[in-house]
Amino acid sequence: MKLAIIIPCYNEEANIKKVVDECNLLSIPNVEVETIVVNDCSTDNSLEILKKEKINHLNLPVNLGIGGAVQTGFKYAYRNGFDMAVQLDGDGQHPPQEISKLITPILQNELDVVIGSRFIEKKGFQSTKGRRWGIRILEHWCFFLTRIRIKDITSGFRLLNRKALAIVENEYPDAYPEPETIVLYGLNNLRIGEVPVEMRARDGGKSSIKNGQSLYYMVKVALGMFFMMVKLKRYG
Amino acid sequence: MDNIIPYKIQALSIIGSLIFLALIARLIIKGKLREEYSIVWIVCTLFLVLFAVWRNGLDIIAKALGVYYAPSLIFLFGFFAIIIFLVHLSVVNSKQQKNITELSQELALLKKKLDKKDEAD
Repeated sequence: MKLAIIIPCYNEEANIKKVVDECNLLSIPNVEVETIVVNDCSTDNSLEILKKEKINHLNLPVNLGIGGAVQTGFKYAYRNGFDMAVQLDGDGQHPPQEISKLITPILQNELDVVIGSRFIEKKGFQSTKGRRWGIRILEHWCFFLTRIRIKDITSGFRLLNRKALAIVENEYPDAYPEPETIVLYGLNNLRIGEVPVEMRARDGGKSSIKNGQSLYYMVKVALGMFFMMVKLKRYG
Repeated sequence: MDNIIPYKIQALSIIGSLIFLALIARLIIKGKLREEYSIVWIVCTLFLVLFAVWRNGLDIIAKALGVYYAPSLIFLFGFFAIIIFLVHLSVVNSKQQKNITELSQELALLKKKLDKKDEAD
């Protein structure tokens, strides 16, 4: 089995090497791991670091945002015959050793998409109170739309099998894609589940959602989920 | 006296819309305006020319529709046309955004393939 670890990277010069090094230490029995960084046209020295350290990477010529960057990684994984791919953020929030927890349900063919969740065992970094509320609202909204309940719906720490990769190869939302993709997977009849993981507070870089944008984020994502549902129900 | 001012403004608007039409034609000929948009603009200019020449047209249409103050009809149609065209532009923009995303992704993936080949050679 081949696993691709996809690390979207936008201005992560402080962290990227550390994260990649941690990924390279990972060893999972019977699984061959390849780490691939997707540089989303960073304006800092990320690209120089990737080149100097000879880190396996894709380099986007224009900035596409997190959705477009992650999708590039998924396309790479799908076309190069990987059996599964995991998204791992470049800012150090997702500890690579937790991937071994995500991979079990896929190897046992119980799930197609596994989400690393902070809120099942409530260990590790739990985000701020306001954000937890926002996440809870989106969780209910998603349940209302799709009858699928995912507690950590904004978690970007996800592992997809090849069946799921085939879907995201074709379609992936651009901005703030996480909650929308749950609807996408759910309505494509993929089996989605969560496993508890421990996340860390980011140790460099910035969240893609600044404080003043929270309301915009909520509205955009809620609408995006709704339209994703209508689109998939109508046109398949 | 009553007739002089309207004729002046009529001449002005006819000249104005003809210049506009010439401008659009020039842009199309030079290939700076894609044909799919040029149709919209040509129709727009033809309307301008039509109402510049046919002075009573607006009043007649307003009366037929039961609008008491004819110029308000201009605003209604004008706003309506502009909003529709803006939506159309957003659609075009979104389509381009999607194309750019796909092109950049393919470019990044191709570059990777080339690099791998170079390494192997």
